[in-house]
Amino acid sequence: MMKKLFLLTGIAAIALLMSWGFYQAMYAAPADAAQGDIGRIFYYHVPHGMLCYLFFTINFVASLLVLGWQRTNPARALAADAWALAGAEVGVVFCSVVLVTGPIWGRPVWGIWWTWDPRLTTTLVLWLIYVSYLLVRRFTSGSQVTTLAAVLSIFGALDMPVNYLANRLWRTQHPSPVFGGDPDAGLKDPAMLHAFGWNLLAWAVWGLAVLSFRVYIERRQQKIQHNAALAALNAD
Amino acid sequence: MNATPTIRPGWFALVWTHLRKDLRIEGRSRESINSMLFFALLVVVLFSMAFDPTAAASRQIAAGVLCVATLFASVSALNQAWAREIRHQVLDALRMTPSDAAALFFAKALANFFFVSLVQLVLGPVFFIFYNLHPLGDTWQLALVIPLGTWALVANGTFFAALSIRSRNREMLLPLILFPIFLPALLAMVLGVKTILTGDGSDPQLLWLKLLAGYDILFMTASLLLFETVLQAE
Repeated sequence: MMKKLFLLTGIAAIALLMSWGFYQAMYAAPADAAQGDIGRIFYYHVPHGMLCYLFFTINFVASLLVLGWQRTNPARALAADAWALAGAEVGVVFCSVVLVTGPIWGRPVWGIWWTWDPRLTTTLVLWLIYVSYLLVRRFTSGSQVTTLAAVLSIFGALDMPVNYLANRLWRTQHPSPVFGGDPDAGLKDPAMLHAFGWNLLAWAVWGLAVLSFRVYIERRQQKIQHNAALAALNAD
Repeated sequence: MNATPTIRPGWFALVWTHLRKDLRIEGRSRESINSMLFFALLVVVLFSMAFDPTAAASRQIAAGVLCVATLFASVSALNQAWAREIRHQVLDALRMTPSDAAALFFAKALANFFFVSLVQLVLGPVFFIFYNLHPLGDTWQLALVIPLGTWALVANGTFFAALSIRSRNREMLLPLILFPIFLPALLAMVLGVKTILTGDGSDPQLLWLKLLAGYDILFMTASLLLFETVLQAE
């Protein structure tokens, strides 16, 4: 009963936070001077981009833990594997949002849906790598999937810094970084900063909540499999 | 009782042993090279017919066609390289030997590099004839860009073939993993070769070449460090 109440309060709080973020982005913040209302997609595109790094990093760290604990502590390695899987899944969803909102913005502002500039290309590569990671997890059976997926995750993580640096190293068609780039660039209007901050927070909380649910389900599944394996052993 | 003295060969001696074995097997059967060669030739012919390019247009697309032809052709050979080891439980024997797994990987990658390069050497002239190529840039740079790109392909390919051979649908998985990870190197290789063929001077600092070299070093290091884990995965 307490658990259910806690869960419902949590869901309500997240929904409230996300509506508040929506209000901030759509009504409170002023329209972009150069782009008009389409510029508001920025409040979704950029937070999702930043958060997809977060989830892929969770995947990477969890994969390192899997490799580290595999011999010494298999039970913990299995738990880390659940985090790695959840991180990759949520990360792919967030990265998909980035890849969808980008062209929606690009069409009216650039006049084209897509261009092969370094930032866009490396983002697409990042997405492809993690989709292939999820495919490997599907296609590989048995306990070796944990190890093989962890190894693949490390290769995927190698693309992340390239993606991060793409519009810092090269002159790209993609707009220059909003944060941690040129001091003249970035958000100057406090209302815009507010809208951005609230949306970043709301989507981070939402993403982490989905991640926790996913980890919880995966742990349950692992337990079921473990019990089934034990039962099969005892049946002999 | 005379205990046989244990001889521990050095790392490069191990590599040489593995490499010699692979080269000898291929030298006798010629499976990989022949199938790769014919497949790559088919791709070149197909593209030539599909696009029917003029001399100027072929300079633009030739680099891409050459790289993609090599890529497609090498996938079957890379799978073959490990499938051969599985057939008579050779892989299990290799896993039990108390030798460095990285040496095994490095030798396999070297052998595959040798096969793919050989295919490229044969294919190159055919390519120049079919596409009426007349390179306008520094042709000598091709001798750097193509091997670096090929190394990126075979080193990653050998690694991920070893990884995917353990899965349920062996042959299907390799391209799915390899292509996304190889993409940055493919891009650098294609643009590097294109700059040389068209001689447009768009890359005076050899940026693509450096990018390829950096990619090779980074992914090679990761592969060498992680191969033991992949080989011993249960």
